[in-house]
Amino acid sequence: MKKLLISAAVVAMALGGTQAHAAGKLKACWVYLGAIGDMGYTFQHNEGLKQVQKELGDKVETVFVENVPEADAAGPIERLARDGCAIIFTTSFGYMEPTIQVAAKYPKVMFEHATGFKTAPNVSTYNAKFYQDRYVQGVVAAKMSKTGIAGYIVSFPIPEVVMGINSFMLGAQSVNPNFKVKIVWVNTWFDPGKEGDAAKVLFSQGADIITQHTDSAAAITVAEEQKKLGFGQSSDQIKFGPHAQLTAAVDNWGPYYVRRIKQLLDGTYKQAESWDGMAEGTVTLAPFANMPDDVKALAQKTADDIKSGKLEPFTGPITKQDGTTVGEKGKPLPAGDILGMNYYVKGIDDKLPQ
Amino acid sequence: MPLRLEKRAEPSNTMALFSPVIAIALTLLFGAMVFASRGIDPLHGLYVYFLEPLSDEWNLEKLIVKATPLVLMGAGLAVSYRANVWNIGVAGQLQMGALMAGLVPVYFTSWQDPVVMPVMLALGILGGMAWAAIPAFLRVRFNANEILTSLMLVYVADFIFDWLVRGALRDPQGHNFPKTVNFAGWQNLPSWGDIHLGAVLAVIAAAGLAFMLFRMLKGFELRTLGAAPRAGRFAGFSASQSIYFCFLLAGGLAGLAGACDVMGVGHQLQTPYATPVYGFVAIIVAFLGRLNPVGAIVAGLLLALTFLGGEAAQTTLHIPDKIAKVFQGVLLFFVLACDTLVLYRIKWEARK
Amino acid sequence: MEQFYAIAITIVGASTPLLIAALGELVVERSGVLNLGVEGMMIIGAVTGFGAAYVTGNPYVGILAAIFGGMLMSLLFGFLTLTLLANQVATGLAITLLGIGLSALIGENLVGKQITRVPNFQGVDILIVFSFILVGLVSWFLFRTRYGLMVRAVGDNHSSAHAMGFSVIGLRYACVAFGGGCAGLAGGYLSLAQTPQWVENMTAGRGWIALALVVFATWLPQRLLFGAYLFGTISILAFTVQTFGWGIPSQLLSSTPYLVTVVALVLISRNKRLLTANTPACLGQAFVADR
Repeated sequence: MKKLLISAAVVAMALGGTQAHAAGKLKACWVYLGAIGDMGYTFQHNEGLKQVQKELGDKVETVFVENVPEADAAGPIERLARDGCAIIFTTSFGYMEPTIQVAAKYPKVMFEHATGFKTAPNVSTYNAKFYQDRYVQGVVAAKMSKTGIAGYIVSFPIPEVVMGINSFMLGAQSVNPNFKVKIVWVNTWFDPGKEGDAAKVLFSQGADIITQHTDSAAAITVAEEQKKLGFGQSSDQIKFGPHAQLTAAVDNWGPYYVRRIKQLLDGTYKQAESWDGMAEGTVTLAPFANMPDDVKALAQKTADDIKSGKLEPFTGPITKQDGTTVGEKGKPLPAGDILGMNYYVKGIDDKLPQ
Repeated sequence: MPLRLEKRAEPSNTMALFSPVIAIALTLLFGAMVFASRGIDPLHGLYVYFLEPLSDEWNLEKLIVKATPLVLMGAGLAVSYRANVWNIGVAGQLQMGALMAGLVPVYFTSWQDPVVMPVMLALGILGGMAWAAIPAFLRVRFNANEILTSLMLVYVADFIFDWLVRGALRDPQGHNFPKTVNFAGWQNLPSWGDIHLGAVLAVIAAAGLAFMLFRMLKGFELRTLGAAPRAGRFAGFSASQSIYFCFLLAGGLAGLAGACDVMGVGHQLQTPYATPVYGFVAIIVAFLGRLNPVGAIVAGLLLALTFLGGEAAQTTLHIPDKIAKVFQGVLLFFVLACDTLVLYRIKWEARK
Repeated sequence: MEQFYAIAITIVGASTPLLIAALGELVVERSGVLNLGVEGMMIIGAVTGFGAAYVTGNPYVGILAAIFGGMLMSLLFGFLTLTLLANQVATGLAITLLGIGLSALIGENLVGKQITRVPNFQGVDILIVFSFILVGLVSWFLFRTRYGLMVRAVGDNHSSAHAMGFSVIGLRYACVAFGGGCAGLAGGYLSLAQTPQWVENMTAGRGWIALALVVFATWLPQRLLFGAYLFGTISILAFTVQTFGWGIPSQLLSSTPYLVTVVALVLISRNKRLLTANTPACLGQAFVADR
């Protein structure tokens, strides 16, 4: 009830309209790590912002700040809070501490921090189960690969990335227990040249399918050129690989943003910790392409099962690389275990950087 | 050639004062044109970008916080560049300073004592100095070009920082995210509002360096070696010594800037950290401040303003953050171009 | 064999932009000018090249536009340093900052767009071939032609070159423009051939590597060929080693190209004779004609 009152107050304040802002509109704000033109992670958040504009544009004013370094985020976040933002989405893990700091100073502003774990009465967290997409990708990869090897380009060993690799591998192993994944860490979220080079190297090492957890469309471009296969990342990259992209993991933040802002508008907003996946439409797959119908059917079935909750990629027992197991038989791993994942599953031919 | 420069017998003092003003005026004019080209009322644009961030206490605090590391680095670089020592790797030195300071909270988490703070600052200075000593040593011992080695080491520092913060220094309770524990109590700098002790240190450092540079023999020695290396050597000044001196000085200050940044702003180490561009901005600060450590204070504030203005312009004018970089580049251009007026008279000649 | 070829051609792709940009800077430095703005000129070349290719649908027009874009930036540099006698180091940095910002502004609406890439045969495209020819051309020009001799003379001792009646400023302008064109072309290689797309900041520090390579090569074009390929090879092998799963920290592997550059600089610089024989003596010094 108290939170409801707070949010009502926020709305009233925003609707009251200070002279500086468009009268009567709620101000929703975003803080981005990258540039909106990165074609990857930040681009996709900005697509979410655009959806808010489209659906709630008559009631909501949207504002964003891009290229905000993680170590220096408190200033920009506080600026937005002072500028009359009613709700602020901070979209990268590294914004956790500054978000908490600023939120304590502005109790009437609602903060939403992506991918973190610290909360406060006015700080919610939200994340997406990207790994669900990866599982489907793994299934498709194992079906489509002739060499039985996939290449995986990765940025930094944070749990988000590690759970993606594991989920991909578990999906692939469900089809071909001997499937192999070769991994290259490029130590950057974003360098198309390096990502492309890593893809070329992986193809030369026997992989015939590529997937990546970096932000540009370079890998799929290389796959197209070399007549190999691959998956798009963050957004549908089919135009970069019309003959190469099997499907793409698409982050679709729009529904979440629209839902939360609507709640704020009609007074039902509550502090929450959301971790949405395929079922909620936050994680979606681009249309299956460049594969025969039976693979398509299997991929669709896998996706449907995940969506309906029948299949959970991380269901115990899961065998780690060192042979030990985690999880109870037949039960999904607890969310906390997945969110802090720092081990590889058995079969991955790489040592996890520690 | 229609345009000809004629060297002044004496550098013009009037121009020395006016040239930065002209440069800033030209940048504002350029800014007005950029705003107009994007359909924004130029006056409103300039107000939001350059004046609003100065309009209240909160903004001024942010301005000072942002300027602090820039002044610390810029003042050290001003001295270096006077001596013709081209350290362009301060970003890496800053990062090493931050890393070294961060070792204390990571390994001695519960150590709470007034001594902790100066220890961490000292470690920061040492970290920056150690990293800066490498290009200095390579220059003195092997004659390796310091512009390039210091820059290459920025990348290496970044990889080391990344490796440690993801690995050995990681917060065990941090869900495996690449950050250390939060600094607590005496592991942080005292602050007034947002402004932390680093701002005071920056002013002291800049003033001290200015005194050294213009009132002490060491300063004379460095300036002589920079302006007339041969004369300097005849006078018995050691070029090698001055290279070490400049690198250790600028590196130490950059390390201090890094320590202040994590102890006063971030309160933890996290990766990815700073980018080389941060170091380049410090170089602009040195030049904009006319290679005078006290000038670096003014220049640091001005550059901080371009950052804050960039943020404000994004939120209120909805223009992308690239504008800030363009302004910084253009400002530096105009400053450099106008500096010509100090040393030269421009003459227009009819073609023969 | 096929695997070997695939790695080799990847190395070539990674080395080519470094080689082209560094060749341009080599000529600039031979004339006694230090332009640290390679990164800025490259990124401008990448965006103008991509933009032109997108608008006209022709990648070759893109190549020309990339050269032109880099050249324009370099002329701005030339005007400040050669005509207004501004500090070369600072001006070069300004070019870099401006280039990164300006390219992002120019390219705002090019993100995610597609172009026809520069065609290639088995991974070898016309720019790769051209980069090798350019090594020969630059070498021939510098050491076998009268103009090349003049450029070196101007770089080594601008006062006596001026006394001999050479136009110091004119020659330097020409060299700076050539360097800008090369940097622009190198940027264009990234956006038109290597990964045909435009994304902000896509040069990601390659301009700085090119600068280091020039010193590494002691201002000799043939050695530059070696240096660029050494750097490219190490970068690509760092990825290849990772696929073996040996568990070497990837940060260490990623930093090897930079470390090797530092070590190589040291090895080359300690040989004073080698260095003084080729270092342009007037590098970075402004020239004012006495009248």
